[in-house]
Parts: sequence; C-alpha cells; structure tokens
Amino acid sequence: MNKIRLIISREYLTRVKKKSFLLTTLLVPLVMVGFYAAIIAISLKGSDEKQQIAVIDESKIFDKEIHSTDKSISFVIIKNETEQSFIKKYKEQGFQALLSIVPATTKDTSSSNKMKFVLHSESSVSLSTMNAIEELINNTLRTKELIANGIDPIAFDNIEKNVLLENIIDTQEGSKKSNAGITYAVSFACGILIYMMMIFYGTQVMRGVTEEKTNRIAEVVVSSVKPFQLMMGKIIGIGAVGLTQFAIWLVLLFMMQMAIPFIFPDLLQQANNAAINNQENTVMIADIMQGISALPLTKIILSFLFYFLGGYLTYASLFAAVGSVVSEDQQEAQQLVFPILMPIILGFVIMTKAINDPNSSLAVFGSIFPLTSPIVMMGRITSDIPIWQLALSMILLIGCFFFFTWITGKIYRIGILMYGKKPTWKEMIKWAFAK
Amino acid sequence: MDILSLHELKKYFATQKAVDNISFNISEGSIFGLLGPNGAGKTTLLRMITGIFYPDSGEIIFNGKKFDPLNDAINIGYMPEERGLYKKMKIGEQVLYLARLKGMSKTDAMAQIKKWFVKFEMESWWDKKVEDLSKGMSQKLQFVTTVIHQPKLIILDEPFSGLDPVNANLIKDEIFNLAKNGSTIIFSTHRMEQVEEICDHIVLVNKGKKILDGTISNVKQDFKENVYRLGAAISPELLTKELFEVVKHQPEQLLLKLNTQKTSNEVLQYFIQEGVHIQSFNEVLPTLNDIFLTLVENNGVTRKFQPVN
Repeated sequence: MNKIRLIISREYLTRVKKKSFLLTTLLVPLVMVGFYAAIIAISLKGSDEKQQIAVIDESKIFDKEIHSTDKSISFVIIKNETEQSFIKKYKEQGFQALLSIVPATTKDTSSSNKMKFVLHSESSVSLSTMNAIEELINNTLRTKELIANGIDPIAFDNIEKNVLLENIIDTQEGSKKSNAGITYAVSFACGILIYMMMIFYGTQVMRGVTEEKTNRIAEVVVSSVKPFQLMMGKIIGIGAVGLTQFAIWLVLLFMMQMAIPFIFPDLLQQANNAAINNQENTVMIADIMQGISALPLTKIILSFLFYFLGGYLTYASLFAAVGSVVSEDQQEAQQLVFPILMPIILGFVIMTKAINDPNSSLAVFGSIFPLTSPIVMMGRITSDIPIWQLALSMILLIGCFFFFTWITGKIYRIGILMYGKKPTWKEMIKWAFAK
Repeated sequence: MDILSLHELKKYFATQKAVDNISFNISEGSIFGLLGPNGAGKTTLLRMITGIFYPDSGEIIFNGKKFDPLNDAINIGYMPEERGLYKKMKIGEQVLYLARLKGMSKTDAMAQIKKWFVKFEMESWWDKKVEDLSKGMSQKLQFVTTVIHQPKLIILDEPFSGLDPVNANLIKDEIFNLAKNGSTIIFSTHRMEQVEEICDHIVLVNKGKKILDGTISNVKQDFKENVYRLGAAISPELLTKELFEVVKHQPEQLLLKLNTQKTSNEVLQYFIQEGVHIQSFNEVLPTLNDIFLTLVENNGVTRKFQPVN
C-alpha cells in the first residue's frame, strides 16, 4: 500500500511540477474569460463602421428620406440613375452597397413579390446588415399596406401580441423560474467537459505507460512492485492531476469573474447604457441569474465529480492496456485507441440528443449504459432524473470500472514486458481471460 | 549456505519452452555466471528470480524460505539488460524514488545515495536529468539504482555493455567489493572473457535447458583435451607419434596433444633425453569461449519455434 502511494505521488508531482501544467492551467481560464469579455465587449459596441447604402428605388416605396433603425447604417436615395448605370459608380461615391428596388417582371399576387430587391456589394454583406435592410423594407411595406387598407398603423401595433411563456419549477425550497437556454448551456458544458477530460487524461495515461515501457523502466519497477500497483498508481496519480486542474480552474474562473469590472471598468457602464436603451437586455440578464439559481447546483457538481471519476477510471484502464501493448510506433497506438474512442464519441452524440429530450428512451439507455453514461448523464443532469436510473447508472459504472481494471490489469502485466510485435486482438483477449 | 535454489523451474510460452526444467543452487557470497546464447531463456529465468514472472511449475527457495516476490523485493537488486530510467526525471529524485519503491525509508535512502554518489563522483548530477547523460554515465547510474538498497542478491544482466574500460573496471571492482561484503551476484552475459575473470561458478543454458553447471576450474578440467604447450625450438625429426600428436609446430613452440595413457612427465622426459632446451611447459586449458562454442554449436545455436504440448 505504501508503494502505491509512492507511485501516485510521483505521477502526480512530476506532472504538476511541469511548467506546461502551470501554463495550461492558468492560460485556459484566462483565454476563456478573455473570450467571454471580448464577446460582451463586441456585442455591446456593435460595429464601429458606419455603412452607407445607396438606394435606387424605381418602385417608389420610400418617401424622400429613409429613417434607419440601426444607427450604423444610413441610406441615401439616389435619383436620376438606374441600377445598371449606378452599379459601376456606387463604390467611388463612398457607398458600401447598392440596394435596388425594381418592379418584378413576373406577375405575382403578393405585394412583396411585385418588386425585386437586390443588394449589390463588392464582398458579401454581414447577416446583421441584411436583417436590418429586410426589416426596414418589411416595415415600410406593411405600413403602406395598412394605410392603403384604412388601418391605423399605431392601432395595429397595439393589437399585435407577443406572448412570453414562463416556466416555473416548483420544488420544496419554493418556486423558481427556469431558463431553457441556461439549462441547455449547463448540460452541454458539463457533458463536453467530461468528454474532453476523459480523452485528455486517458491519453496521458496511455502515453505514460508507453513511455515506461519503451524506456524499459517498467522492468526495473515491476521487480519492486506488482504491475497492477504500477498501473493503478499511474491512473490514480493522473486522475488527481485532473481533479487539481479542475479545482484550480473553478477557483480562477470565480476570481476572474469578480475581477472583470476592475479590468474593464467601462464594460459595466456600457452594459448599463445598453440596458437603459434596450429593456430586453436587463430582462435577459435577470433571466440568466434566475435560471442559474433554479439549477440544482449541488447535484450537478456532485454528479460531475462522480461521473468524471467513474468515466475517467473506467476508460483510463483501457488506455493503460493499449499503452502497454504498443511500442514507439504511434500509428499502432492510434489503431488500438480507435475502438476505445468509439463509445466515447457515441456518448457525445447521444448527449447532444439527450439535452433536448432528456427522457427519451435513447437518452435513458445512454445514461445507464456504463460506456456512455458519464457523458450522457451529464446531458440529462439538469432535468429531473428518476432516482432508480441514477442509482443503476452509478452502480453499473462502478461495476464496469472493476471489471475493466481486472481484465486490463492482466493485459498490462504481460504487455508491459513484451517487445517487438504488436499482439493481435485475439492474443490480448486470451491474456485478459487467462488465469 | 545457498542463498538461492531453483528446483525444476518451468516456464512455457505459447510458441516456446522458454525455461524447461532448470535446477541449480547459488551459494551465498559467490559471483555466479549465468551464460547462454541469445534467446536461451536467461532473461525469462532472471525474471522469475526477480518475481516479475511466476514459474509454471517448480520452486524457488530464496534465503532458506519459499520465494515471496513482494516481501523479498528489498533483498534483490535487478539491472535488466535493456537499461531503463525515467528520462525526464531529475537524477537525485529518481534514485530516491527507486530506492523507496524497494522499501527503504527516506533517510536510509538518502544516506546510501550520498555514499554512492561520492564513490562514483556523481554529486554534481543530482539536479540533472537522465536525458542529459551519456550512455556510460547512465549505465553507472543504473548500477547505483540497482545496489542502493544493499540487496542480498544482485542480478546484473550484461552490466558492462556500453562502458569504456575505465568505467568497466570501476564497476568490476564494485562487484568484487559487494561480493566480499556478503552480497551474492548473478552475472548474466555472453561475453566469456568477463566470466572467466569474474565468476566463481557458472551455469550454461541453451534452448531453455541447463547444459553445464560447475566452478570455472572444474568445467575447464572436464573439457580439457590434454593439450600442452612446450616452449622450445624442436627440430622436426624429434616429433614422435608414439607419445603425442602435433597440434601446431612453430619455430619457438610446439602444441601437442597427449595420446591416451601417456602422461606429461613422459613427454618431458623424452625431450630432456633428446637434449632439448626447454623454456616452458604448461597445459593448455580450453577457454570458456571454446567450451561455449563446442556445447552450443553441437546443439544448433538458433532456436526454432516449436509448439508446446
């Protein structure tokens, strides 16, 4: 027992002491927060560039001036020119694009199809600009039609309804407002994080084993300890590195979130301005806050820890077995790793489905089947999972871990001292079930 | 007293009888040579003695008791033929780690490491990594990691490969030293001149079977062919067929093989009577190399893959 602790601490310390560990551990949250801040900054600022769009309005749908709702886009109506004549000139005159509205040639009954709308530009126009122009035309045309039919446009706006449906979750602690977007995002983030960590740390185990084998240190070490102790020491040590990294990230992310207002003092200001200008934003922020508080956070964190450990341990032993049978040739390793990655990827695919429909039979199966359950269960975690499913899934995962460790331990024991030819699957299965 | 006894050890792999019914004893404090051509089963045998492999059948008695790989690890030091160390780990930490894996306490291990690092002038290596060392240097380091926990039984598989003569002598002296202080050394090699120089007792294995077992002088006596070297200038007419056959005749010496029933004294008497001026006369014993080649070549050196029943 003492020896396995020595192995664990070596595996752990050599990795944690490395500069690259420190670098990735610190850089990842920095990059994430930076990314997050950049998105906020960009979305608040909008595009700096003013766009001027020339309009040739042969159908005469606009009056003398066009009032744009988007401040960054302005429209100028060009007179005494045709689409064909102006198309060569709009760029020289400082316009980014040319909108031409001409009567449609084909006979059609609906009003918008009586005209043809074309936007000429030198490079493709951004989606938001397209949307702004479409909205402008739609509104103008609608107002015209309403007036033509004798309806007051202001009265019409008042009649139009925009219903918002609220989902309230009733628990013993009281009612909470749910937010489907937040639920989706948290489920997806948990699933993808487990998926990435399982592959990342699993590969680390595999590389570590192959390194020991090709360096021939394995032979020295297994003359002091059992091969199984060496394998488990490595798996547990690397798992502890994963947990450490995860814990540091949580702390750092929390700290960075607190620090954002100090780093970008004007960001909050801008957010406030935006909120004043547009009420929807404040509503959205409040919704997000309520959505997060409505989530069963303790359950999510505990399940995340369990499924990360369970999934990692189950797959790590498989990765260790693969690492023990290959030699320096990385291509061999890739061939053997593929069948291990398959269920992980399958789990990922089921997870994306399970988020949308957490109680479908595929999602339930995927979250109980131990090879996919760590990822799929995280995709369902924000929904209400029956206790029996959670319990069955956990028991099966633990059982699967013991079974895999038992058989891969045997493959590892033989593989680590075998050099030369890569064993076939048949041989490996024979080792696994040999006495 | 025997520190290690092997009784009818067997280990069969799918296509080979790697070790087939081998028994021998090694007495405490001796330097024991385990010889054999490539693929004879030496490494498999050593792996069973170090507890890495379990024998299919047979028994290993270590230090008077049945061999228990887990608890006897502290008493065994094993240096495999293919050297292995963590390339990226600092040398000091690495030796400490390997010593503690054997079961040493941290303080004991540090004291021993200091002693050996001073002895081999390796003090400046502590914070270096193995990848910074030359082949010879890492060989020395590997030797230190093998003996650091003062094992009763030290198993060295080709310890001199890659060492220059200076460092080879350094290691050789240490091997003698360790044996003098009571450690038993199993020395596995196919370099016969080193065996003749170092070992007391040898066992030769080939194709998984033991084909020779004895002390070096006994083995040589068993395989001698009654060949003598006579240092003298002898004219051809003196060569008689009655006493001996000429193996080689050179201006200053004669190699002769005694005929059966004849003794060396009779030969000497004959040449003295003939008035030959004799400068030297001695028996030529076969070298281990010769014995090795005779034994192994008769059996066919290359192992064939054969199915095991």
